[in-house]
Amino acid sequence: MLLRHTPKEVTERSALTINPAKTCQPVGAMYAALGIHGCLPHSHGSQGCYAYHRSALTRHFKEPVIAATSAFTEGSSVFGGQANLLQAIDNIFTVYNPDIIAVHTTCLSETIGDDIPQIINKAKAEGKVPDGKYVIHANTPSYVGSHVTGFSTMTRAMVDYFAESSGHKTKTINLIPGYSEPSDMEEIRRIASLMGIQTIMFPDTSKVLNGPLTGKYRMFPEGGVTIPELRQAGSSMGTVALGALASGAAAKALDAKCKVPCEILDLPMGLHGTDMYVDILRRIAGVNVPDSLTLERGQLVDVISDMHQYFYGKKVALAGDPDQLLAIARFLVSIDMIPVYMVTGTPAGKKFEKTLREVVKDAPCEVKIQMPGDMFLLHQWIKQSPVDLLIGNSYLKYIAKDEDIPLVRHGFPIFDRVGHSYFPTMGYKGGLRFLEKILDAILDRKDRDATDINMELVM
Amino acid sequence: MDALEDIVLEAEGLTPEKVKLEMLAKYPTKVARKRARQIVINKVGEAGDVPEIQANVRTTPGLIGQRGCCYAGCKGVVLGPSRDIVNITHGPIGCGFYSWLTRRNQTDADASPDGHNFMTYCFSTDMQEKEIIFGGEKKLKQAIQEAYDLLDPKPKAIGVFATCPVGLIGDDVHSVCKEMKEKLGINVFGFSCEGYKGVSQSAGHHIANNGIFTHVVGTDDTIREGKFKINLLGEYNIGGDAFELERIFEKCGLTLISTFSGNSTISGFANCHTADLNLIMCHRSINYVADMLEKKYGLPWIKINFISASATAKSLRKIAAYFGDPELTARVEAVIAEEMPAVEKARDEIYPRTQGKRVMLFVGGSRAHHYQDLFRELGMITLSAGYEFGHRDDYEGRNVLPSIQVDADSRNIQELEVHPDPEKYNPRKSPEEMERLAREGLPFNKYDGMMPEMPDDTVIIDDLSQYETDKLIELYKPDIFCAGIKEKYIVQKHGIPMKQLHSYDYGGPYAGFKGAVNFYKDIDRMVNSKIWSYMKAPWQKNPELMATYAWE
Repeated sequence: MLLRHTPKEVTERSALTINPAKTCQPVGAMYAALGIHGCLPHSHGSQGCYAYHRSALTRHFKEPVIAATSAFTEGSSVFGGQANLLQAIDNIFTVYNPDIIAVHTTCLSETIGDDIPQIINKAKAEGKVPDGKYVIHANTPSYVGSHVTGFSTMTRAMVDYFAESSGHKTKTINLIPGYSEPSDMEEIRRIASLMGIQTIMFPDTSKVLNGPLTGKYRMFPEGGVTIPELRQAGSSMGTVALGALASGAAAKALDAKCKVPCEILDLPMGLHGTDMYVDILRRIAGVNVPDSLTLERGQLVDVISDMHQYFYGKKVALAGDPDQLLAIARFLVSIDMIPVYMVTGTPAGKKFEKTLREVVKDAPCEVKIQMPGDMFLLHQWIKQSPVDLLIGNSYLKYIAKDEDIPLVRHGFPIFDRVGHSYFPTMGYKGGLRFLEKILDAILDRKDRDATDINMELVM
Repeated sequence: MDALEDIVLEAEGLTPEKVKLEMLAKYPTKVARKRARQIVINKVGEAGDVPEIQANVRTTPGLIGQRGCCYAGCKGVVLGPSRDIVNITHGPIGCGFYSWLTRRNQTDADASPDGHNFMTYCFSTDMQEKEIIFGGEKKLKQAIQEAYDLLDPKPKAIGVFATCPVGLIGDDVHSVCKEMKEKLGINVFGFSCEGYKGVSQSAGHHIANNGIFTHVVGTDDTIREGKFKINLLGEYNIGGDAFELERIFEKCGLTLISTFSGNSTISGFANCHTADLNLIMCHRSINYVADMLEKKYGLPWIKINFISASATAKSLRKIAAYFGDPELTARVEAVIAEEMPAVEKARDEIYPRTQGKRVMLFVGGSRAHHYQDLFRELGMITLSAGYEFGHRDDYEGRNVLPSIQVDADSRNIQELEVHPDPEKYNPRKSPEEMERLAREGLPFNKYDGMMPEMPDDTVIIDDLSQYETDKLIELYKPDIFCAGIKEKYIVQKHGIPMKQLHSYDYGGPYAGFKGAVNFYKDIDRMVNSKIWSYMKAPWQKNPELMATYAWE
């Protein structure tokens, strides 16, 4: 047994988190910053932070993840990290020459209370920021929120630093894709462009964290939202933000700053999630939905109906980020699967939990939700009453193996499989792929458990 | 040592001096001056003396390097691989999360009678803003209590690891641990391994060594059976390395009391002072424990290396020489004779395909040295190497120890004062015997470092930066590059295979005899792979459209 010390009985814990379903803010900020073209994320903390974040993102994407650090020592922890950051800014522009440095803080620099805007101003005053280059920042203390909060805060910083209203609205729609895969970002944009809509998407990690192998390393790859685009975002006719927790703050900030109205939707996963996304785009942009997209929708409905018997009534345990949990739960319910256990480590608030409970209110059995909760608790619930399927990140495979339950990997981090950064799970096409993964897991298990007598060729 | 073959460098008009200058040219003056002392062109003198290199100094902010932090070295590296201890990270969630199962230390929990294995778990106090403001000691105390109450069966030891903010807000993890130790009646101890301490993981190794030595070593005096009792220090069982070494030891009739720390237990540490010899693999991470064991218990240490078949054979012979038992010597020779043919067969088959290929290694505090032996066995040439967190003694040898200046960053890491134990001190060999063995080729407390074994004109670089990595690749175009996960895909985007020597790319074992064969095969696969020829599409190789359509 891999998790041999986990008891079946749940006891109250108030201080100890075991097997967390979240990580800390800075990694989310780093991920978001990588979605700006020509950007070097910078971790204002000790070296361990950026080493850990780069390692985690590299293991997940199997791609270069570049970032810098202020490399705090004990001295800087006592006297503050200003000297380190100033030196870092100077060195980074001299040696690596990015268009922009996106600084995020850490628990270390936040506890000390370093004032980043003041340090950035000093760097500018000392001529350490070359003309036409930028340094932006986000406050991302690790002891508040989670990696989702960090993503949200850095995305909001893009608005705060760059968005400006030109006085007249363009026909462009801003898309904020949430803490999602490069593949999903690509798909979200593809759907809009199928509808003939011009978009600005930020952040955009496609072609950054799913880049090609050409034999030529580019520290700053082709992808990412550009700074002119971020500026123009303030003149767009509207913003569609996907995932309230990861994208809501930036959308609202843009509305407040530049009067760009926003719609905050669930992540476009599954039939209804994608329907909502397409329908909102159609209304805001005043366009018709092309037949090609309606066809994609029809194909998804077709597969749902073809294979419904295998989904019906299956119990699922989920661990992941709130935006993903909500979208996946809706999708599962729509195909008559039952999300019976759900945990996230991210504090998402009472209102969010209420929304999530609403989604599963018609479930034929008790549904357990813990937010914030951890995977240790999820495992205990499973020990008490098992499920048919697990959906979540790679760490769930320890529960999957111990309890002999099939696992569909989804979310962050996925350290042991590829595909997530190339094939979306959002949109109709993505929905189809997600269904396929669920179905493969369920049917592979059915085949494995079949006797010589009841093995089925056609399913 | 011979100079690097002329063909390798001069045919391309590349002198090492030129390479060094190219790497420094773009740096601001102050940075260039500092890096110039950390980039050294090797030259081995008659007496094995080498040029001085600056190491174990601060990384320049903004330069982008490989290093991690003190916490990573303490919790992640040294304490992480022991299965029968509950390691609680006291801090925000990230540090515990990132060090959760990411280092591939394998362990065989069913080999212990109690079957304890907490390595698959991540325990954290998940500090929130409230604790940063009002202090986290109460939460830590409660977390320790919950771990004890909840886990089934109950843990025998709990370790607590302080992260950056803990040191800043002044939580006293040691007094909390002391209190809980008394309350629970199990061993509870803390480590002040805040990430900002020292200049790299190395500080964390030292703090971990001190903590284990203070709180665990020597607490179990049970004398285990066995004629030749050894401890293996600085072996972390990545990819099952320790399993292969355990197999070899058993075959040789050696009794392994404790490994620091791979496939290891805290119970093993407690008992390690009953062994008769310490073998040091990774000198950097564990030499402190070895020194302290010698001072307090009279247990001598020798440097060995089990990476590469020839190094393994050599190390086994050293062990046999130490014990001086004809039966053991015969058995060791028999094991070497039995194991080597399979290794040589594999090597001879692969050698023609790897001979002359060129390598760079930038990893760890010992691996960049040890793995050169394996590459040498394949006929491959090391062009450039360096450590991520090594000290001068790892480069130049321990004879430079007295001349190493202790700077402000290192001074903060406690040096324990250790004296002979009034009851348990028992020198295993008399000074005369030690001297005789040293004369016969078995020096104690001696490590000559990496540089004396490297050819002249190789470029030795400490704490390699991203910029220097790109430059090295651009200038030298090596056939394979070795480092860690962060460098993996950057190097491969250059079109060059990259071997991870922390995680072995999820392969291994690479230690011992069987490990050498695994390594030969993996390197053969990597340097001779056809995938590196796929970079260009046919239309990129021949972009001009000249022919008409075939069917026209």
